[in-house]
Amino acid sequence: MSANSIKKVAVIGSGVMGSGIAAQVANAGFPVVLLDIKLPDKDLAKMAVEKMLAADPAPFMKKSNVKLITTGNLEDDLDKLADVDWIIEVVLEDIKVKYATYEKLQKHRKTGSIVTSNTSTIPLHKLIEGQSEAFQKDFMITHFFNPPRYMRLLELVVGEKTRKDAVAIIREICDVKLGKGVVECYDTPGFIANRLGVFWLTAGVNEAVNLGVSVEVADAVMSKPVGIPKTGVFGLIDLVGIDLMPKLSNSLLSTLPQDDAYRAEFIDHKFVHDMIAAGYTGRKGKGGFYRLDPNSKSKDKQALQITATKFEESHYRKSEKAKPAAAEQKGLRAVVTSEDDAGKYAWAVLKKTLYYAASLVGEIAENIFDIDEGMKLGYNWKKGPFAMIDDLGPAWFAAKLKEEGLSIPKILSDVGAGTFYKVEDGVIKYFGLDGKYHDVKRPDGVLLLSDIKLKSKPLLKNASASVWDIGDGVLCFEHTSKMNTFDEQIFELLVKAQKTIEGSGGQYKALVIYNEGSHFSAGANLGLAIFMINIAMWPQVEEFVATGQRVFMGLKYAPFPVVSAPSGMALGGGCEILLAADAIQAHAETYCGLVEVGVGLIPAWGGCKEMILRLQEREREKFAKDLGKIGAKNMWFSPPTTPMGATRGAFEVIGTATVAKSAFEAQDIGYMRYSDGITMNRDRLLFDAKQRALELAENYQPKEKIMDIRLSGAGGKTALDLAVSDLQKSGKATPYDGVVSDHLAYILSGGSKDLTEPVSEDDLLKLELSEFMKLLHNDGTLARIEHMLEKGKPLRN
Amino acid sequence: MNKSVVICGFKRSPMHYANKGALAKVRPDDLAAEVVKALVSSTGVKPEDIEDLIMGCAFPEAEQGFNIARLVVNHADLPISIAGATVNRFCGSSMTAIHMAVGAINAGAGEVFICAGVESMSRIPMGGFNPMPNPELFKKYPQAYIGMGETAENLAKKYDISRAAQEEFAVSSHHKAAAAAASGKFADELVAIGDVKEDGTIRADSSVEKLATLKPAFLVDGSVTAATSSPLTDGSAAVLVCSEDYAKKHKLPMLARIRSIAVAGCAAEIMGIGPVPATKKALERAKLKVSDIDIWELNEAFAAQGLSVLKELGVDVKKVNLDGGAIALGHPLGTSGARITGKAASLLHREKKKYALATMCIGGGQGVATVLEKI
Repeated sequence: MSANSIKKVAVIGSGVMGSGIAAQVANAGFPVVLLDIKLPDKDLAKMAVEKMLAADPAPFMKKSNVKLITTGNLEDDLDKLADVDWIIEVVLEDIKVKYATYEKLQKHRKTGSIVTSNTSTIPLHKLIEGQSEAFQKDFMITHFFNPPRYMRLLELVVGEKTRKDAVAIIREICDVKLGKGVVECYDTPGFIANRLGVFWLTAGVNEAVNLGVSVEVADAVMSKPVGIPKTGVFGLIDLVGIDLMPKLSNSLLSTLPQDDAYRAEFIDHKFVHDMIAAGYTGRKGKGGFYRLDPNSKSKDKQALQITATKFEESHYRKSEKAKPAAAEQKGLRAVVTSEDDAGKYAWAVLKKTLYYAASLVGEIAENIFDIDEGMKLGYNWKKGPFAMIDDLGPAWFAAKLKEEGLSIPKILSDVGAGTFYKVEDGVIKYFGLDGKYHDVKRPDGVLLLSDIKLKSKPLLKNASASVWDIGDGVLCFEHTSKMNTFDEQIFELLVKAQKTIEGSGGQYKALVIYNEGSHFSAGANLGLAIFMINIAMWPQVEEFVATGQRVFMGLKYAPFPVVSAPSGMALGGGCEILLAADAIQAHAETYCGLVEVGVGLIPAWGGCKEMILRLQEREREKFAKDLGKIGAKNMWFSPPTTPMGATRGAFEVIGTATVAKSAFEAQDIGYMRYSDGITMNRDRLLFDAKQRALELAENYQPKEKIMDIRLSGAGGKTALDLAVSDLQKSGKATPYDGVVSDHLAYILSGGSKDLTEPVSEDDLLKLELSEFMKLLHNDGTLARIEHMLEKGKPLRN
Repeated sequence: MNKSVVICGFKRSPMHYANKGALAKVRPDDLAAEVVKALVSSTGVKPEDIEDLIMGCAFPEAEQGFNIARLVVNHADLPISIAGATVNRFCGSSMTAIHMAVGAINAGAGEVFICAGVESMSRIPMGGFNPMPNPELFKKYPQAYIGMGETAENLAKKYDISRAAQEEFAVSSHHKAAAAAASGKFADELVAIGDVKEDGTIRADSSVEKLATLKPAFLVDGSVTAATSSPLTDGSAAVLVCSEDYAKKHKLPMLARIRSIAVAGCAAEIMGIGPVPATKKALERAKLKVSDIDIWELNEAFAAQGLSVLKELGVDVKKVNLDGGAIALGHPLGTSGARITGKAASLLHREKKKYALATMCIGGGQGVATVLEKI
C-alpha cells in the first residue's frame, strides 16, 4: 500500500475542527464524506459546510472544492463509509462518545481502512482499550491545529500495534497532500505543542500578575523580541478564546503525571472565570485582555488591567503602545537580562518554559528536534525551546538555573558547554538523549534554501539578492531586499544570473526564482520610487521601469527555462515576475495579484501584456475544447479569440486590484495557468520548482516574441469607459479610479491600434511604460503612493 | 389596416433570475424551441401553414446568435418550409416581431406567423460579449450608450417620483403576480422547461419596509434600487399571429384582434418615457383615447419609469398589469414584447373587456405600442 491507495476520506464530526479538516482534505483534491450525529430538526454536517463558505479566513482554497464534500449523518449514511480509505474521527472529547462512534465505524468501514482520531486530550492507549485487534492495527492519532488549512503542525501519535505501512501512508498524505509539518509525538497528554504551549501561556499570565506587568508590556516583550508571533501571551489567549483555557488546563490536570511541573504552575485565577461569565471570552466575545472601546466611536483599543484579582469592566483603559527597554534589545540573552520589568518578566516566563521543555525530552517525543518543530509549526515560534537555549547559551542557562536553586535537567547538563544544534559539513545535527549528535533528516522531496546556505556560498550576491546553486544545473534567485521588493540591484543580479547560465556552457540550465521569506515579494520599492519622484528624477524613474521590462522580457525569452516559485504574497512586480516565467510552481498559500491601481498606477513590467496573453490563450484553449466536443477541427464562423474577451477580463482583474486568496484561485483568475504546479507543503516548494525547471530544460525551445495580438481598439475602450462611468455614478468607483482606469483601458484595448491591426508584445510594453509615466505625474497617484507608505492601505481618492 | 390580424395563442416559459435561477443552465435556443413547440400544439395550427418564425432578441450572439429564429424552427421539429428571421429592437424586439407579422399579412405576404422572443441573460450578458461603442458617436451623443438605471433616475427626477412611490409600485407588482400565481392564472400560458414549472422571480413576501433598506443601485444619491428595477431574467415567450380569415376558417382560438401598432423615438436619457409617444400614435391610429383602454400591459423596466409613463398619459393604475409586471415577472429583454402583448390579449379575453394596450420602453430612446380589441 502507498499513499496513492487513499482515494476517499471521511471525517466524522462536523464541528469547527471536523469541518475545517474536511475542507483541507477537499483542498487536497480528495472526495470527503462528512458525517455528524442525526438531529430531528437540522442537518449538522450540511450546516457546517454552508457556514464554512462564508467563513473568514476561508477554509476552502477555492469555493468549488465544496463540491468534493458529501454530507450525512451517523444513522442514515454509514453506508457511505463502505469505500472510504481513511476515516478521521473528530467527535466530542468524551471517551464514551468516541467508543460509540468506533463501534459504528467498525461495522461499516472497509477492511483495512485507516482510522485516525483528532483527539487532543485522550491518550491513544485509552482510545484503543477493548477495541478489536484489527482496529488497533489500523488506528493512530492525527492531531490538527485550528484552523486546519492555515496551521502547519500535525502531531502524529502511533500505537504499539499500529501497522507500519498505515503510518507511512498517513505521514505521506498529511505531509505531501495536506501540506502539514508532521511531527511524531509520544502518547502523552497535550502531545508536544499544547503541553508546552499551555504551560508557556499559563506562566505568561501568572508572571504578569506576580510582577505587576501590564498586558501590553508583557506582550511587547514576549513576542517579536523573543521570536514569538506579535500576539504574545494575552493577544494569543484572546485569539483562541479565554474560555478554552480552563478546558485545556482541566484536561491536562486530569491526565498529567502527579509530579508534573504544570501542576505547580497552574493557578485557577478568579478573574479568568469572571471574564468568561461576563462574556469576555476574547475576540469572538465582547473582548478579552484587549478590546475595542465600545463607548467611543473611534473604537480605540483598550487593555485590561489584570493586577486585580477580580475582573471588572471598569478595569479597561486606553491601550498604550508599550516600548519596554527589554524589547529593544538585540539577542535573546540581552532581552531576558534586561533590568526593566519587561526583561524580568521575559526571563521568568522563558526560564520556566525552557526548563520544562528540557525536562520533557524522551517523555513527550524522541528528541529535541521534534519538540522544536512542534513549537515552530504549532505556535509559529521562530525557534523552538532548544534553539532558544542555544541562543542563551546552554551553559549560561544552566548556571542561571543553578543560581536560582533549580536542579538541572539531564539533557541540559549532558550538553554541557556545547550547544543543542550544530552544523557539520553543511548538515544540521541535534543533540540526542544518548549524548551524541544526530543528523536532521529531511524527508524525500524536501529542499530548503536554508539548508543549502549552510553548506555553500552564493554564486552571485549583492545588497538586494543572491543566486544559489541548488544542484543538477539549476540556479536559485533569492530576493534579500526588505519585503523582497524590486530595486535596481535586483535587476542587475537577475541579468547577471541570466548571463551566468548562458555563459556556463551547459553547466547551468535553468533558473528558479524563490525565497524563504514569509512573503515572496511586495513588488516595486515604493519608498524609493516616491523619493525619486520628489526630486523630479523623471528620466531615472522611466529608466527604472524600462529596465524592469527589459529584464523580465529577458527572462521570458531566455534560452533556458525560468520557474517562479512563490509562497505568501506576490504583489505588483512580485506578481509580474511570476507572469514572466515559463512556469509557476506555487505554494498553495500564495496570494498573488496585480494591485498597482491601489497606488494609482498600472502594471508596467509586462503585467498588462501578460494578462492579455494569458486570457487570450485561455480563450483559444476553450475554443479548441469546444470544437473538440462537437468533433470539429475548425469551423467557418468564429475566430478563436474575441476582440473584447481578454481585454475585458484583464481590465476587471487589474482594474479592481484582484488578489487571489490561494494558488488555486490564482489559476481561476488567470494569473496562473492550469498547467502550473501547486505545492501544498511549503517545505517541498523548492524541490518541486526545481523538478519543474529540470523537466522544462529537456529539449528547451526558447519562446518567440508574439507579434500578432488582436485587440478591440477604440470601440472597446469606449465600452470600458462607459462601464467605469456607471461604477462611479453608483459609488462603486472613486473619481481617481476613473483616471487610472482610463489609462488601463487604453493599454488593454491596444492603444491607438485599430481592431484590424496586429499589436506586438513590444507595442504593449511601450503602452505600459508611457501610461505609467503619465500616471506618475498626477497628484492623485502621488497621494495614493504616499498614503500606502504611511498607512499601509490604499487611499480611495 | 386592410386585413384584420388576430392573436390566437400565447405561451411563455417560467421566468427565472439570471445566473442564480433555475433556467441559468438552459440554452436560449432550447428554451425558445420548447415554448414554440407548446404554442403550436396548444393552438392546433397546421405547422405547414406557418409562413415565418420571427424571433425578437436583444443580444443575438453566442448561443442566441446565428439566426436563432431559423434554428428554432429546426430545433422545434417544425417543417423546413417555415422561414425564420431574428429581429432586434432591444426590449421591444418581440413586439416588433408581432408588428412585422401584421405588416406581412397586410402586404399579402403570409397568413400565419409565430412571433416569439428569447433572452438568456445568464448566458449572454447585457451589452453582449464584445461591446464596442463608436467613440465618435459617444463623443457627439453620449446618451446613445447611457446605462438604463440612470435613465430611470432621470425620469424619477423629472416626474418627481419618490422612492416610496416606486417601492409601493414594486411591492404591488409582486403581490399581484403572487396572487395570480396562487389562483392558477398563469397555468394556461406557462410551458414547463424540464422540471421547471413555476416562475422563480415573484416575491410574495415583498414589503415596503424591506425595500426601504436597500441602497441605490445606480446613483449614489439616487432613488432607484435593485428592487424597483426589473431583474435580469431568463425566459422566452411566443404568440401565434394570423389573419382573422385564416383563424376563422381553421377554427383557431382567437384571443384578440390587433387594432393598431406604433413605434416612436424619444430622448435616450429618458428612454423610459418612450411608451408615451408610441401610445399616443397607436391610440390615434386606432381612433381611441387613453380612457377607452380597459386593460394596460406596461412593461415595468423600472418602477420610476412605469410611474412616469402612467402620470404623463393619465392612466388609472388599477387598469395596469393585472397579473403583475416585469418587476415581479422579470424582463428577459427580447422576450418581454411577446409576453406583454400575449398577456394583454389573453387578459382581454379573460376579463371580457373591449380594449387593451401593450407598450414598452426601449434603450436608446424608443417606445413601441400595440392596441388590441376584443373579437
